[in-house]
Order: sequence, then structure tokens, then C-alpha cells
Amino acid sequence: MKMKAIGIVLTGGNNERLGDLTSVRAASALPMGSCYRVIDFPISNMANSGINKIAVITQYNSRSLHDHLSSEKWWDLGRKHGGLFVFTPFQSNDNNLWYRGTADSIYQNIAFLKRSKEELVVIASGNCVYKMDFKKLIEHHMEKGADITIAAKNIAGTDINPCEFGVLTLDENGIVADFEEKPFETESRIISMGIYVISRLLLIELLEKAIADDRFELVTGILIHYRKKYRMSAFMFDGYWSAINSVDAYYNTNMDFLRHDVRKTLVHTFPHIESKPKDEPPAKFNHHSESRNCLVGSGTILNGKVVNSVIFRKVFTWENSYINNSIIMEGCQIASGCVVEHAILDKDVMVTAGRHVCGTPGKPVIVRKETVI
Amino acid sequence: MRGKEIIAMLLAGGQGSRLGILTKTKAKPAVSYGGKFRMIDFPLSNCINSGIDTVGVLTQYQPLLLNKHIGNGVPWDLDRTSGGTAILQPHQKNDNTGDWYSGSANAVCQNINFIDEYNPEYVLVLGGDHIYKMDYSLMLDAHKQNNADATIAVIEVPWDEASRYGIMNADESGRVTAFVEKPKEPVSNLASMGIYIFTWKYLREALIESDKLHTDSDFGKHIIPLLLEGGKTMFAYKFTDYWRDVGTIDSYFESNMELIATVPLFNLYEEHKRIYTNSPHQPPQYTGENADVRGSLLSEGCEIYGTVINSVLGYGVKVHNGARVVNSIVMENCNIGRDTVIEDCILDENSLIGDNVTIGVSVGDDAQAVNELRPDIYNTGITVIGEYSKIPDNVRIGKNCVVEGVSVYSDYDCGLLANGRSVIKPVLM
Repeated sequence: MKMKAIGIVLTGGNNERLGDLTSVRAASALPMGSCYRVIDFPISNMANSGINKIAVITQYNSRSLHDHLSSEKWWDLGRKHGGLFVFTPFQSNDNNLWYRGTADSIYQNIAFLKRSKEELVVIASGNCVYKMDFKKLIEHHMEKGADITIAAKNIAGTDINPCEFGVLTLDENGIVADFEEKPFETESRIISMGIYVISRLLLIELLEKAIADDRFELVTGILIHYRKKYRMSAFMFDGYWSAINSVDAYYNTNMDFLRHDVRKTLVHTFPHIESKPKDEPPAKFNHHSESRNCLVGSGTILNGKVVNSVIFRKVFTWENSYINNSIIMEGCQIASGCVVEHAILDKDVMVTAGRHVCGTPGKPVIVRKETVI
Repeated sequence: MRGKEIIAMLLAGGQGSRLGILTKTKAKPAVSYGGKFRMIDFPLSNCINSGIDTVGVLTQYQPLLLNKHIGNGVPWDLDRTSGGTAILQPHQKNDNTGDWYSGSANAVCQNINFIDEYNPEYVLVLGGDHIYKMDYSLMLDAHKQNNADATIAVIEVPWDEASRYGIMNADESGRVTAFVEKPKEPVSNLASMGIYIFTWKYLREALIESDKLHTDSDFGKHIIPLLLEGGKTMFAYKFTDYWRDVGTIDSYFESNMELIATVPLFNLYEEHKRIYTNSPHQPPQYTGENADVRGSLLSEGCEIYGTVINSVLGYGVKVHNGARVVNSIVMENCNIGRDTVIEDCILDENSLIGDNVTIGVSVGDDAQAVNELRPDIYNTGITVIGEYSKIPDNVRIGKNCVVEGVSVYSDYDCGLLANGRSVIKPVLM
């Protein structure tokens, strides 16, 4: 089937709740699950669903995203038709503004929409970890005859706080009756996943009106603004989904990869989540190492003990080191006698001999990139 | 005419029959090595790391997997608008004749047009089945400095093994005076590594002449002697780093095992001189709550719930609860059932081993029994399980055994396969 949608991935702004983790990168570029970055999930979902023309719109701290997306090959997006486009703010004769919001960021790249021929646009947030078949989302959109479809999740029975998200109230047909952004309190347990389907021409029209009206945010300025005027349908998703919007969410989502069911859905079943390959040799477990309930990335060499942790690529641990309940990013070195517990070590951190880096359960200590302890 | 300074011709057509069932459906250069690599990754990566961007890969025996692996050369950055990788299969000629490659030099001779296309000054000729990292640009420098017409990479081998190799006799300056294939009484211990740099115009002449004289024109047997007789300047280029010919079950096994030493002789982990491979991006390695993994290499996607000691595991290997894998090579996508023991084994790709199975632990009275079918191949105690094999629950398989295809319990005598015995069944892929 020929795909009739193009994709837009919004990588979002600065997020204070991610603290030092996003001081060097956009949230979407955060390393995840030992060998991925968060944005691999939405991009792979699109590519695997047959969407082969994708714009990634980024502003905040985009260097590492650019590095990661430097080639389209890995998602099979290096095509004559379509491909992967990375848009950052640019200067032109009539404009030298940074993106003033999500709607503005798409509007400033409206040529991408105008020059495309596809009928629909799928817009997805770049900082969520999940696996979704967007073909089903699009089918739902067509079947419901919706103007806009919003992927949504029922969070009843989970500890997710709906007030951190867009909250939907649905009628009996699954049509959006109300939509509030991060309400102070709410009865509803249906939240927006930040994934939308809309016709390309309607999106162009709504963006032009919104910007003329100084409404710069996609959610408040368009979706909520027009919630009564247009028919918005909710597409209910019941698979694994996690938004990386806080240190806790980042830590817990990485730890979720230690669960068999999560690995099975996200990374062990077809279609696969693709990432930029790093050509690291296999992970090496030396004779005195011990590793229990851990993910260990390629190129890593273990001599010490690691438990309940996510170890990324090219990490080196010496003998008699101990890592527990921690996230150790690429290139970290943990010397002999070290204890690392309840910690998130950003890339290339070096913990010198005998040092202890310990947070507490529920409050992991974060060590900034390239720190020597 | 503008041309490339040097292009490489990689000979990847050989069967490698001494690797037994490992090369039944794939050419030797496509056999996996070190968990996630295939042998051909080493010469291909060496090429790109040496600045050589045009590689003709000559294939003949069972090329499907090899062709798929190389694809358009992307993993090695060898996807080029001019050059890159080209798969060169034997092909029909315009007079309706067409021949298989009958020898290494004949294979290159049949592709003279390919080489002429690039108008190179030099041609590097390589094998596809050796494990090493080498900077061919240094060898080319030596070739130029010596004003050589041919340069042959050599490595010192133990004197008592020299009679198994092609031996170069060279003077003090390194100039080759004679080449003797498998000499009974060697006068030198410099063995040819099968890596040659030729000045193309002289090689071109020699290829054509040798092809007229011999039906199986070969570099070692014919081209080198021909050039020497013709008075061409030939130098030996001494290589001193890690290099292994992994042509037998035993040498293949040993070389893999050398990778797991705490400080290995051959380092795959250095940042420069990286070895690239065609790896579909794979999920990370997971070690379970009760896993015990020591002295081992795990490739992407492995899920380990049991014990893995002194072993090399390929992509996506699953070792279930209570299973024990010791001193073994387990290639990609194998599945090791619960409470199963694997010792001193090579498990080829995609094999499924049932629960409570023992493989590689002596069965029967004769602990030294070599393989009944191929005593020349399987004789060092290693048991080999072929690709896409299936082994039922509760069987015990001894040493020097070979199991291939989908077997059921009744294929085993009371569930036992004595040392040296084989079970050969149809393979279902």
C-alpha cells in the first residue's frame, strides 16, 4: 500500500525536570535502554509503518541529535523520494526568530508541508518510548471520518499523574468532548500521547491562522482552541508507553527495559527499533565479573559486579567495583573499589578508585557528562 | 585517463572444506567469527581503514549469504559513486563461453575488464578468510620504496610448521629470491599470507600468460614463479601482528577462544582500526537474575538466564534457566533449552537445542574416538552442530560428533550419540 502520510517529530524544548541530563542534549536525544536514543522509537515507528518522509524539528541543544541523525540509512530513509529532514531555526529575509512554540516550529517549516503531496500528516513527540503501528492509527482516522485523531492512553490503575499531560474527555463514540492541557485537577484518566493525525491541507490552514493570531503552541493554540469546531477522535493505545519528562521517568523507563515483557514488546519483536549503528565489538565479561539482571551494551568490558542496572556501550569496570540500581551511560569508567548505587552516570564519567557515588531509592544522584570523581 | 592508485581484489570463492559442515551452505569468508563478525569483515575493514575504496569481491562457492552480507558495502562505508564493493561472480562471455573460476589467478584474470575500468597503478590481492588487522597503505609504501613489481606479505611461522606453508626465500634486504610451496626442507620460515600488491601492468601481463599455460592459474603456484622467472623485482613485507589462518575446526576454535582472554592477543576494542560488520541494529545484551557469565563475549540481543563460561556468543542467543555453556562457540540465534549442558562445541547459526540435553561431554567407551564420517576434520574433541539444526529434549551427544538437520529422539540410540558418531538429517530453514 502506498503511504499517504508524512511524519513530523517534535523534539520539544528545554525541560527543567530533566535537570542536568538535558543540559547537554535535547530530551529526545537521551540515551535509552543501553543502545538506543529516545527519538529512535518515534522515528522507527514511522519508518516501520511505511512513513518514509519525516521531518524532525529541533531547536534546543540539537548538536547530539544532529550527530545521531547524521545519516538516514539506519532507518531505511535514504531514498530518492522522501527521507529524513532535520529542521532547526533559520534566518530568512522576513524572519529571524527562534521557534516560539510547537505550532510556530512547524509553521516556520511550512514549505515542507506545502511541497508534499501526501494527504495526511502524523505528528509525534520525540521524547516518548513506545512501539506503535501508525498504519492502524491512520486507518482509525479514516474510519472515524475525523478531522484530527489523537492517540490516547487510559492511565487508570497506573501511578502516572494525568495533570502532567494533555487530558481528554471522550463521548461514548470516542470523540473528544473536551481537552485540557496539564489541568490543575481532573476526573478523566484519558491522556493524550502527543501523537496526532491531521490532513495536510487542514494543518496548513490552521497553522496560518494560529500564527496570524499569535497562538504558537500546537496543543493550546490549535487542538484545544478548535476542540469544539473540529471532529477529534481518540485512538486508544494499550501497549507500553512512557514519556521522558522527568528524571524519575527517565530512570524508571530505563529500568523497565530489565523487564522481560517490556523488552519483548519493544525490542525483541518485529518490527525492530533501529538506531545509528556503532560497530562496537561484543560485550566482554571477564573472568571475575558478575552481572545479574542487567543490560550490557556492546563494546563494554566488565571486570566488576553489576546488579539491576542498565550499562550502555563502551563502559569499562575494574575488578572489585560494584554497580547497583544504576544507569551507566556510554564511555564511563568505574575503577577498582568503587561503589555506584542509585545513580545516573552521564556519558564519559570516570569514577576513580575507591570512590562511592550513591543516591537513594527514588532519588538517583546524577553525575554530569565527563565528570571525574 | 584518470584512475585509482590502488584497488583490491578479494578472493572469497573458496569452500574451506576443512571447516566441515560450517561451510556447507556458505563460503568460508561468510563463516561467523568472534560473535558478531564474519571472516570477510577483517579484510574489508582493513581495506577501508587503509584508504582503499574499491574492492572487487570474487565469489563462486555458495555466495548467497556472502552477497547478502556485503550488500552495497554500506557497513564498511564502501558504498561509493565511483568504486565501492562489487561482487564478481563467474559469468558468461560474449562468445557464449563461460567458465567457473578454476584458480585464484584465473578468477582475477576473468575480471581484467573490471580492473582496467579503474585504471589502477597497483592491485592488492587478498584472501577473505584470515583474521588480522593490517594497514595495507604501509605495505604499499614499502612496495613503492623498494621499486618493487610485486610485494608479498609474509609472517614468521615456527620452523617445524614451515613445510605446511608457501615459503618465501628472501635476501637481507627482503628481496624474494625464490618461492617454494610446502617445502619438505624449508630454508626460510617466512610464510606467504596470501596478501599481494602488484604493479598492475606486470600482473596484467602475467595473468594472461599464466592463463594460457595453466588451466588452474594460481597466484602461489604460477604467478609468483612466473614473475620471478621473468626477473621482476619482488619483495617480502614482514608482518608481525596477530594473524590467523582459521581454515580448520581446531584453528577456528582456538582463534575465537583467544578473544576471551582478559588481555587478548587480538584486540577488537581499540578505537582506531575498527572492524565493521553488517549488523542489523540489535537490542542490548541481557543477563538474568541467576545468570553467571564469565570469560565470555556476548553479542547484541543475547538473553542469558543460565551459565556461560569461556564462550563466544553471536547475536540473539538465548540461554535458558539452568543451562550451562562452557568452552563453546554459539552462533547467532541459537536457543539453548533449560538444564542443557554444552561443552567444547561449535553451534552453527539458528540451532535449537532442547531441554536437558548434553552435548560435548564424553559418551561411550572410546573417549578418543574421532569422527566416523570425516576423521580428518573432526578429531580434536570438538562437537559441531550444523545450522538450523534441531535437537530434541533429553539426548546426550558425545565428543567429535556432528549433528545436522532436524533430529528426533529416535535418531539417537536410547537417547545417546557416542563419541565420533554423527546424525545427519534434512535441514529445514
